[in-house]
Amino acid sequence: MNPAMSVVVFTAIAGAAQGLVVALAVATLIGVPMQGGFVAHALLLAATMATVGLLSSFGHLGRKERAWRAVLMWRTSWLSRECLVLPAFIGWTLLWWALLPAEGAAPLWLPLGALLLAALLWLCTAMIYACLRFIQEWAQPLTLVNFILIGQGAGLVLASALAAGADEQALLARTGPAALGVLLAALAARWASLAHNAALRPKSTLHSATGIRTPQLVQKSMGMSAGAFNTREFFHGRTAAFLKNLRWLFLLCGFVLPALCAAGALAGGPGWLWALAVALQVPGLLAERWFFFAQARHPQNLYYQVVS
Amino acid sequence: MMQWLKDLLNPQPLVSPAPAPAPANPPSARWKQGDTLAKQLALVIDLNVCVGCHACVTSCKEWNTSGSAGPLADERAYAADPMGTFFNRVQTYEAGVFPTMDTVHFPKSCLHCEDPPCVPVCPTGASYKRAEDGIVLVDYDKCIGCKYCAWACPYGARELDEERQVMTKCTLCVDRVHDEKLAPEDRKPACVKACPTNARLFGDVKDPTSEVSIAIRERGGYALMPEWETQPANQYLPRRSMQSGSSGEQA
Repeated sequence: MNPAMSVVVFTAIAGAAQGLVVALAVATLIGVPMQGGFVAHALLLAATMATVGLLSSFGHLGRKERAWRAVLMWRTSWLSRECLVLPAFIGWTLLWWALLPAEGAAPLWLPLGALLLAALLWLCTAMIYACLRFIQEWAQPLTLVNFILIGQGAGLVLASALAAGADEQALLARTGPAALGVLLAALAARWASLAHNAALRPKSTLHSATGIRTPQLVQKSMGMSAGAFNTREFFHGRTAAFLKNLRWLFLLCGFVLPALCAAGALAGGPGWLWALAVALQVPGLLAERWFFFAQARHPQNLYYQVVS
Repeated sequence: MMQWLKDLLNPQPLVSPAPAPAPANPPSARWKQGDTLAKQLALVIDLNVCVGCHACVTSCKEWNTSGSAGPLADERAYAADPMGTFFNRVQTYEAGVFPTMDTVHFPKSCLHCEDPPCVPVCPTGASYKRAEDGIVLVDYDKCIGCKYCAWACPYGARELDEERQVMTKCTLCVDRVHDEKLAPEDRKPACVKACPTNARLFGDVKDPTSEVSIAIRERGGYALMPEWETQPANQYLPRRSMQSGSSGEQA
C-alpha cells in the first residue's frame, strides 16, 4: 500500500492520546494522588491530540464536506464505528476535564467511561485493517495487539514525561515502570508481527488472479501505459533498502531507545530522559505506522506489474 | 451503415434526454450480507477470442464519461504523465514457453461479486449491491472518497476519480441494460456491444438457460481469486488450446 500521511499521523497521535487517557484513568481509579491542575492539563492535551488526529483523518477524504455520512453504516463497517467512537472519546475526555473538581478526584464513572471508549477506539481502528482478509499482513490478531500496546506505551511515556515535568512523583512512580514494561511488550509484539509477515506466503498468485494455469506466466502489459489509481494507491514505490532502514529506525526510535531512556530514568537518571523518550517516539511511531501500511501487499498489485 | 453515418443522418442525443438511469432504488432493494439473489447480471469473458483490441475499454470510457453521472476525469491527458479513470482494462499475459506459448489478452473490470467485500466496509452506504439484479454500484452523491472500498477489493476493480474525488467502478452499464427506450439487442453493456470478436457475453448467471450460464457450464467458466470466497459473478472461459495442450492442466 502507499501510506497516506493523514492516516499515519491520525492513528499514531490518536493512539498516544488514548494511552495517555488510559494512564490517567487507571491512576485515578487506583487512587494515585495527583494535582487537579495536572490532570486537567493532561486531559486537555489528550483531547487536543485526538482532535488533531481527527482533523488529520479528514485529509484522507476526497469529499470532506460529506464526512458526516461516515457514521451511518456502523452496523457493518469498522470505519463507520471508528467515526462514531473517536468523537465520543474526545467528547468524554473533555467532559471529564470539565467536571474535574477543584479538590480531589473526579467521580469514578468518568475515568471508567474513558477507559471503555479508549478500548473501543483501539478495537475499531485496528479492525479497520485486520478485517481485510486478503491483506494478510494486516489480517492477524497481532494488528490489534500492536495498536493497543504501541498506543499505550506512547501514552505511558508521555504521562511519565508530564509527571516528571510537573513533579507528580506519585504518578511517575506508577507510570514509569509501566511505561518500560509496555514498551518492551510492544517491541516484542511488533517484532512478532514482523516475523509473521516475513514468513507469510501470499495466498493469491498470478495464477489464481488470472486463472491461467501454465507454470510459466508473466504479465506483458497492465493495460495502460501511464499511471492509474491502481498504481498510485497500492504501490509505495520505495526500495527494499529504504524499507529495511525504516524498520531499524522505528524499532530503535519507537521502542529500544525510549525503553533505554525509561530504564535510565527509573535507575535514578534525570527527569528529562522522559522528555527525550517522547521526542524519540515521535519520528519512531510515525515511521512504524508508515511501515505498517507500506508492508501490506495488496493482491490487486498482481494485476499491475508491467507497463510494457 | 456505419454507426457514425447513421448518427449524422439521424441525430439523436448521446444520452436519452429524459435520463433513464437505474430504476428507482428504494433502500430496501439493497443486498445485505448473507442474501442470495434470484438474479445476477454478469459478464463472461471468452479468453479464446479476445484479441486485445481495447475496443471494450474505449467504448466503456465513452459511454460512462458521457452519462448523467459526470465525466470520468482524465488528468494531463496530453502530457508526459497522463492519468485517467477507467472501469475496464485489457491486460496481456504470456503463458508457457516458446514454442508452445500463448499470448492471453485479459479484460478486467468489476466482477460484481455475489459476496462483495467492498460493500459492507463502506462507512456511508454509498457502495451497495442491487437486490434486483446483483449489480454493485457507488452512489456518487454519498461517497466521501475515503478509498476504503478500494482497499477492500482484492481485484483492484475500483478507481478513485481524481476530479470528482469519489470512487468509481464498472456499473455494468446499468443505465443501458434496463433502458426500455433502447432496442432489446442494445440493452447490453457498452463493452459487450463494442467487442468485435464476441469475447464478452452478458446475462443472468442465475438463470440456468441463459447464454452466460450455458457458457460457464459447458466451457469450464472459472472465477478469479477463488481463495477469497468473494464469489465473483463475472467469470472467464479458459483457452481451449491451453486446456488440451501438454503444457496446461485443466484451468
